[in-house]
Amino acid sequence: MNTIARTDTSIVGRWWWTVDRWLLVMVASLAFFGAVLSLAASPAVAERIGLDTYHFVARQLVFLPVALMTMLGVSLLSARGVRRLALFVTVSAVILMVLTLIIGVEVKGATRWIRLGGFAIQPSEFVKPGFAVLAAWLFSQRRLDDRFPGYALATGLYLGIVALLALQPDIGMTFAVSAVWFVQFFLAGLPLMIVVVLGVALLASTVGAYFVFDHVQARVDQFLDPSSGGGYQVTRSLEALRNGGLFGRGPGEGRIKEVLPDAHADFILAVAGEEFGLIVCLVLVILFAGIVLRGISRAFQDDDLFIMLGVAGLMVQFALQAIINMASTLNMMPPKGMTLPFISYGGSSTLAMGIGMGMALALTRTRPGARRLS
Amino acid sequence: MIQSTGPTPDNMDEAVPKSGAARVQLAPVQLARVQLEGARKQALDMGRSRLLVTGAVIMMAFAAISVRLVDLMVLGGAREPGIEQARFKPQAPVVRGDIVDRNGILVATSLPTASLYADSAMVLDAGEATDQLLSILPDLNRANLLAKLKSKRRFVWLRRNLTPDQHYDVNRLGIPGLGFQTEERRVYPHGSLFAHVVGLTDRDGNGVAGVERYFDGVLDGNPETLRLSLDVRVQSLVHEELSNTVNKFNAIGGAAVVMDVKTGELISMVSLPDFDPNSPSSAVGDAIFNRASKGVYEMGSTFKLFTAAMALDAGTVDIGGGYDASEPIRIARFTISDYHGKNRWLSVPEILIHSSNIGSAKMAVDVGTERQQGYLRNLGMLSPSEIELPEVGNPLKPATWREINTMTISYGHGIAVSPLQMTSGVSTVVNGGLRHPATLLAYDGKETVESERVFSSTTSLQLRGLMRLVVSQGTGKNAEVPGYMVGGKTGTSDKQGGGGYERDKRIASFVAAFPINDPRYVVLVLVDEPKGIKETFNYATGGWVAAPAVGRIIAGMGPLLGVPTVQMAALDDSTPEGFIKAWEQTFEAR
Repeated sequence: MNTIARTDTSIVGRWWWTVDRWLLVMVASLAFFGAVLSLAASPAVAERIGLDTYHFVARQLVFLPVALMTMLGVSLLSARGVRRLALFVTVSAVILMVLTLIIGVEVKGATRWIRLGGFAIQPSEFVKPGFAVLAAWLFSQRRLDDRFPGYALATGLYLGIVALLALQPDIGMTFAVSAVWFVQFFLAGLPLMIVVVLGVALLASTVGAYFVFDHVQARVDQFLDPSSGGGYQVTRSLEALRNGGLFGRGPGEGRIKEVLPDAHADFILAVAGEEFGLIVCLVLVILFAGIVLRGISRAFQDDDLFIMLGVAGLMVQFALQAIINMASTLNMMPPKGMTLPFISYGGSSTLAMGIGMGMALALTRTRPGARRLS
Repeated sequence: MIQSTGPTPDNMDEAVPKSGAARVQLAPVQLARVQLEGARKQALDMGRSRLLVTGAVIMMAFAAISVRLVDLMVLGGAREPGIEQARFKPQAPVVRGDIVDRNGILVATSLPTASLYADSAMVLDAGEATDQLLSILPDLNRANLLAKLKSKRRFVWLRRNLTPDQHYDVNRLGIPGLGFQTEERRVYPHGSLFAHVVGLTDRDGNGVAGVERYFDGVLDGNPETLRLSLDVRVQSLVHEELSNTVNKFNAIGGAAVVMDVKTGELISMVSLPDFDPNSPSSAVGDAIFNRASKGVYEMGSTFKLFTAAMALDAGTVDIGGGYDASEPIRIARFTISDYHGKNRWLSVPEILIHSSNIGSAKMAVDVGTERQQGYLRNLGMLSPSEIELPEVGNPLKPATWREINTMTISYGHGIAVSPLQMTSGVSTVVNGGLRHPATLLAYDGKETVESERVFSSTTSLQLRGLMRLVVSQGTGKNAEVPGYMVGGKTGTSDKQGGGGYERDKRIASFVAAFPINDPRYVVLVLVDEPKGIKETFNYATGGWVAAPAVGRIIAGMGPLLGVPTVQMAALDDSTPEGFIKAWEQTFEAR
């Protein structure tokens, strides 16, 4: 396998010997499952809404390789390159988010999409990895030099992005960005007193969302009181998972994809469970957990605060998205629309995940001269 | 590496003094570096320990998801009380027990069906869904269906109880937001045959009438079978005869009851007009009224059986005695006269044979108001029947019971009871004098039958002889069935309407027991407002209308139920008194 010599000093050669190959393999496996499950879930949904049978499959099978290539490309960057990319991505995404509010397309009561050259893209997906890296840099700078207003800048950036998200509105994304900002702030040495205060504030804003946004209220009410008749998708997905059992009903034998509008996106875990069974579901969970664990352990070992915060932020965002998606499908929390990274259908989210993972891979590359914790 | 602020590594290298002498005192730049190094180390240490906490929390979340997956998908349990039960309660099969007749023939059963509902908030295109559904269920109302699918309600019924084909076809449409619930549909294989007595359920499976309602608590969710005392074969026979009679005499309705005199079990109960419980829309108006148990009627002359029984039992007259019936009785502003007037002294048997109102009234006066009330109470005539039906009529009786009431009640006027009560009372008269509560449940032979003595066995024997005379010589000749020794009594009464009795609206009835020497069954047929026809010489009395029907029922059910025919030597029937004497000698009171 080692066809690249140790002495090879080309960009690719150096990359091969410094990149975290475990992380790479796990992400690639996840993408492989994503492709298979896209074939399982999407055709039924496409047929039902009158599209060509393989409409979603064909698109996702383009998105996934593009995302993987993007990931590999980004992972070639140096730490400084990652920072610059993050700045570029964040600025572009913010500009597009502002444009979205003006010329965006309203879908199901929220304006999150913008048409760019024949593609509908969701800029808020891209702001997540960009923000994680930028905030990490700002926090680490402040931590090493008290004169640098890193906390204020990071918080200002955070508030600006959140304001744009709330205007769409996109509660899930707001929550994800908030969580990244909070965890990084926490890791950067936020006094415990303020951690508690912020924790309470987060709780309060969650309760606030309940009263301000009708759809949030409806979902929470349904979760707390299922007899009110709601939770159609969740009920169906629980039913599907039960039908799946240990080995599943077999590929193509699932039924939930015929009834759930979001079978290929937010509820793809139910399709996976029904057709392929518990074992495949557990493999998916292990892959997600493995990626996060691997990323966090690399961050832990690194002696560069910026890298530690950046990787931690990207991993928290990745983990949060996976956890919220799966917990919603399993009715462990009020349903919140969030894609399952690399598995759910969606161009913007898949590509943004590729960028995020590429950044994480780039940051976790072993660097000559860097001291590592053994 | 930190590059943006502070000295670059190169600068620092230059700044560090090369000689060891400077060790004692640190240069400012070197101090800054140590401070920076210290801050960095401190920050990294804190970051690492906090990162451990963060990682641990995330791993716990993944662990919780794994546990939940295993629990949900393999252990299957975790039917959490909240969502599952609330959501699936109607989906759980509603088990409702079958109802069978005394021989185990199915009378009511439940079949599983699928019912179609919509979660209209999930329906993507209501218009298209409406078109597709109408192609399979063309009888649905388009506007109504469209409104339901657009209502955004999370649960709305579209159609209950689909056929398996419809279920399959609708399922194939794959319209999101539509769902099926497994339900049970109550089916009555005999159609209208048991309409009133068995009753029916509403579309949610709750009993709303008859046995279905009375035993709703027992049947609901209990797969055990409820066995009734009714007999499908007899019910069918009785239903047919009663229908023919009601049609023939152009009556507005009718009722028939057959009771086992030894147990009080009802073998048949029919009320007309009726309805088909399989199509509840037919259960409206007069059709749902159970004339047999809910309707109360002034029975007329059949009540004379009770009067004669109580007089003989109380000893105020004996079988050889009699009363002068030559003159109508005038009391207060009423006149009591006879329909088939003989205008002479009549013996007790003659009073029954000729159905003399005058004789009965005089007999009742001798018994006395108080004792009459006592006997009627013991016969169950003064309180609603305790039958296992929700539809039970309240008897109508005088508010103040004067002598005139005693007289009219003696021949069945001024008191209204249900055909069921009447049948039960006659059973007591003929079965040796014991009252058994009427029941719709079959005895399995082990329980002891509840009984209460009302008359002596001698009185019962004498009354059986009298009833036999009514059929062999009196007004009940049309009920005779060779070999079955029918005994009975006719009854005809004018219905009350407006301020008084109406002559052309009457109740014609006949009540019989057979074989009268040792009765097994009592049969009562009552026809509501029969019109006289040419064949009956325009008579519409109990003897002409109801007695033939009773005769045909007995002729049919006797062989069916294995009642042995009676071969007996001819009794001396030259005079009624002589017949009763011979009767008493032949069948000694037990």
